[in-house]
Amino acid sequence: MTEATLPKLTKKDFESNQEVRWCPGCGDYSILAQMQKTLPELGIPREKIVFISGIGCSSRFPYYMETYGMHSIHGRAPTVATGLKLANPELSVWVITGDGDGLSIGGNHLIHILRRNMDVNIVLFNNQIYGLTKGQYSPTSRLGHKTKSSPLGTIDQPLNPLSVALAAEATFVARSIDVETRHLSEVLLRAAQHRGTSFVEVFQNCNIFNDGAWRHLTDPEQKKQNLLRLEHGKPLVFGPDNSKGIRLNGLTPEVVELGNGVSESDLLVHDESRPDASAAYLLTRMTYPAYPVPIGVFRCLETLTYEDALTGQLKQALQERGVGDLDKLFRSADLWTVSESNGKS
Amino acid sequence: MIETKPQELAFEELDSVIIRFSGDSGDGMQLTGTQFTNTSAVLGNDISTFPDFPAEIRAPAGTLAGVSGFQVNLANSDVFTPGDAPNVLVAMNPAALAANLADLEPGGILILNTDAFQAKNLKKAHFEGNPLEDGTLSKYNVISVPISTLNKAALADLTELSNKEVERTKNFFALGLTYFMYDRPLDTTLQWISHKFKNPVIAEANTRALKAGWNYGDTTEAFQHRYRIRPAQLPPGTYRKVTGNEALSLGLVTAARLAGKPLFLIGAAFGGAMAATASSGPGLELKMEAINLALVLELPMVIIDVQRGGPSTGLPTKTEQSDLLMAYFGRNGESPIPILAPCTPSDCFTMALEAFRLAVRSMTPVFVLSDGYLGNSSEPWKIPEASSLPRIVVKHPTEREGFQPYRREEETLARPWAIPGTPGLEHRIGGLGKAPLTGNVSYKPEDHLKMVTDRAEKVARLADAIEDQPVFGPSSGDLLVVGWGSTFGAIRTAVQQAQAAGLSVASTHIRYLNPFPHNLEGVLRSYKKILVPEMNMGQLAFLLRGRFGLDIISYPKVLGRPFTIGEIRTRIHEILAQGRKP
Repeated sequence: MTEATLPKLTKKDFESNQEVRWCPGCGDYSILAQMQKTLPELGIPREKIVFISGIGCSSRFPYYMETYGMHSIHGRAPTVATGLKLANPELSVWVITGDGDGLSIGGNHLIHILRRNMDVNIVLFNNQIYGLTKGQYSPTSRLGHKTKSSPLGTIDQPLNPLSVALAAEATFVARSIDVETRHLSEVLLRAAQHRGTSFVEVFQNCNIFNDGAWRHLTDPEQKKQNLLRLEHGKPLVFGPDNSKGIRLNGLTPEVVELGNGVSESDLLVHDESRPDASAAYLLTRMTYPAYPVPIGVFRCLETLTYEDALTGQLKQALQERGVGDLDKLFRSADLWTVSESNGKS
Repeated sequence: MIETKPQELAFEELDSVIIRFSGDSGDGMQLTGTQFTNTSAVLGNDISTFPDFPAEIRAPAGTLAGVSGFQVNLANSDVFTPGDAPNVLVAMNPAALAANLADLEPGGILILNTDAFQAKNLKKAHFEGNPLEDGTLSKYNVISVPISTLNKAALADLTELSNKEVERTKNFFALGLTYFMYDRPLDTTLQWISHKFKNPVIAEANTRALKAGWNYGDTTEAFQHRYRIRPAQLPPGTYRKVTGNEALSLGLVTAARLAGKPLFLIGAAFGGAMAATASSGPGLELKMEAINLALVLELPMVIIDVQRGGPSTGLPTKTEQSDLLMAYFGRNGESPIPILAPCTPSDCFTMALEAFRLAVRSMTPVFVLSDGYLGNSSEPWKIPEASSLPRIVVKHPTEREGFQPYRREEETLARPWAIPGTPGLEHRIGGLGKAPLTGNVSYKPEDHLKMVTDRAEKVARLADAIEDQPVFGPSSGDLLVVGWGSTFGAIRTAVQQAQAAGLSVASTHIRYLNPFPHNLEGVLRSYKKILVPEMNMGQLAFLLRGRFGLDIISYPKVLGRPFTIGEIRTRIHEILAQGRKP
């Protein structure tokens, strides 16, 4: 059977028979549903899709997907994904991680898969807390956050996942929110279609240990003031009736009201395909409450993937040197022969 | 030249000679030793080598910390070790002399680069006076050669070269001189020079240095003798020299090739690749969490530990066998892993293939314990024909009917190696406790017990797939010397010598450390006493006591250096003398 004759898969085809064990009301349910809804759009047969995760609430994700999957160890999903992708570049490989898994132990592994530009899709669920271990602060917890492990408030500067990704030379960087289901679905689709490492941060609500961490972006009234939807080629507008925008003042973005001599042509125009990552970086630095928070695709740049570069090297080596020959390899040293009759000949 | 040449020197036939080249880290002693070894191997001698160098790439010149040595034992018969005490010591500076003199046999030949014996260098080597003049060396056969001066003169017209570049070739002068003494041809090294140095002036400089060393031996009257060591009677075949690290690498590539697979790690093993990783102790410690994941995922791979002195960063370039218990027990939970230990450099090739065979057979990670001594030392290797090597059979299921990710094969208890990309076999694996057959997450008491016992039994059953424990010497007697890993040569030779002295002693070398061969206990119980020499504080002895409840005499050594034959032979004599009535 060729792929063309395959019946189109549905969301149901991607639901495994395992009981989902996240807390009722967890943002993870929505991300799972959007993933299961989006995958049929890709036209990739189930057996060619693999989900790899590390440790944490989000990392239970692979168990619930009717695809191949591996629930590995803390922070190491990018490493496992790299090995798998090299063993079989045909596979569509997804890494599911969280702010704890991906940015604490996994910080090192994350930056290296990004700089290599493996053709793998990474989805980082950011709820700013360690949920599975019951509420300790994470690498993205806001400064001063009081948690079980920071009773007087955190004193360490949080990491901004998208800034980290850009600094690690990520070629696709995007952000969405668990409850923005249509937007999330579109972003996941874009991530899947990108050749190279796709890094998607999803703001996800932990309703047990950090409820409302993203309320300023999910509450219908508040989000009107605080959410900025990035669109390629369009000026940065937000606010009720798109009445506000972002203008550059030197290297600093500033919020402006449209009208009174300020028009859309004065605003910063989003270009996700710029080879230089500085503009995208600037967007990642826009944080609440000083700025509206952008969601959407920050950067999308097609460059050589690691597996293509490797395949290319192997091909060239084969062309230039021919297929490896074990006997030749064994004999690639100074040799001597001992004959039957008189020892050394 | 011909006219001034002194009378032809007489050749003295030797059965074997042990030479140690020693100098500063930057003096090229590893290269010199390797060249001498290659030339001797090609000449047909049996060889065994021991490189011994500091972890610092270039410690301060002239200091004891910077001394780098390379010992080679060459013989006309089988040799199993680089030898205990060198017969010849080449010392390029006072520090090299100070660090090695105690090892040189009395009356041994001492070749010294007298140019380096300046006050500054003597002080760095902590000499009070000048050993060339104060009688320190009176019991040795000292050959004083102003190597730097002579070498400089030989290269005088190569004006393109800096003083530093000229000085850097002096090791080849020393090499040429030893080639003359031991009647070795120059061609192997000359060929190497022409391949190695793209710059024709550098190539010419090294060539000249080498020939100048030879000619110095030929034209001076420094020597009373030249020596010859006839080729050894090795089994017929084509040979090359191989170090343990080279043999392991060749073995890994061969295994991957024989199975038609590329090499990578856990993710790659999930994808169906032949996975392997190699490190020394601290690196393995770092990887142990991932190794335990591989164990519970039941994916095949080979994990190589080239052991060194520890704990922590320890002695990066010095040998030890102190990771055995880490390999056995150094993971959380009940987590048995098969452990193999090659015993000679060429055995590393064999055991790399064995490791893959067992890993694939039982779907498990397999440890291979090498060590710094085994990894860096070399011996002749009879090259196999690739077509004669056993294939490694790899099966990836495709049949949907009855597929379960953890359905075990009856004989081996291996689970199926179903790989992503196979239609209909989609499944999830992970580090959590799991139910038998499905592999679904389960914390049920009976499921946990079943998975723990199945994994243990799976490893235990590998004993059905390995050879019986062989014994060297009588099948019962007063003493059995038990070793593992790189101590093979010293133990075998010491036992040989003790047997020749009429003692009732045998040896056995354990290459399969987990599981042990079925007959091992029977072998151990056939002797009155058991001696276990190992380069740790008694780790195998601990295992044998615990496993078999036997009384074991442990012989630990943690000096960052291998056992000498003499040490083990002496211990054998001591133990057997204790048992005898006065």
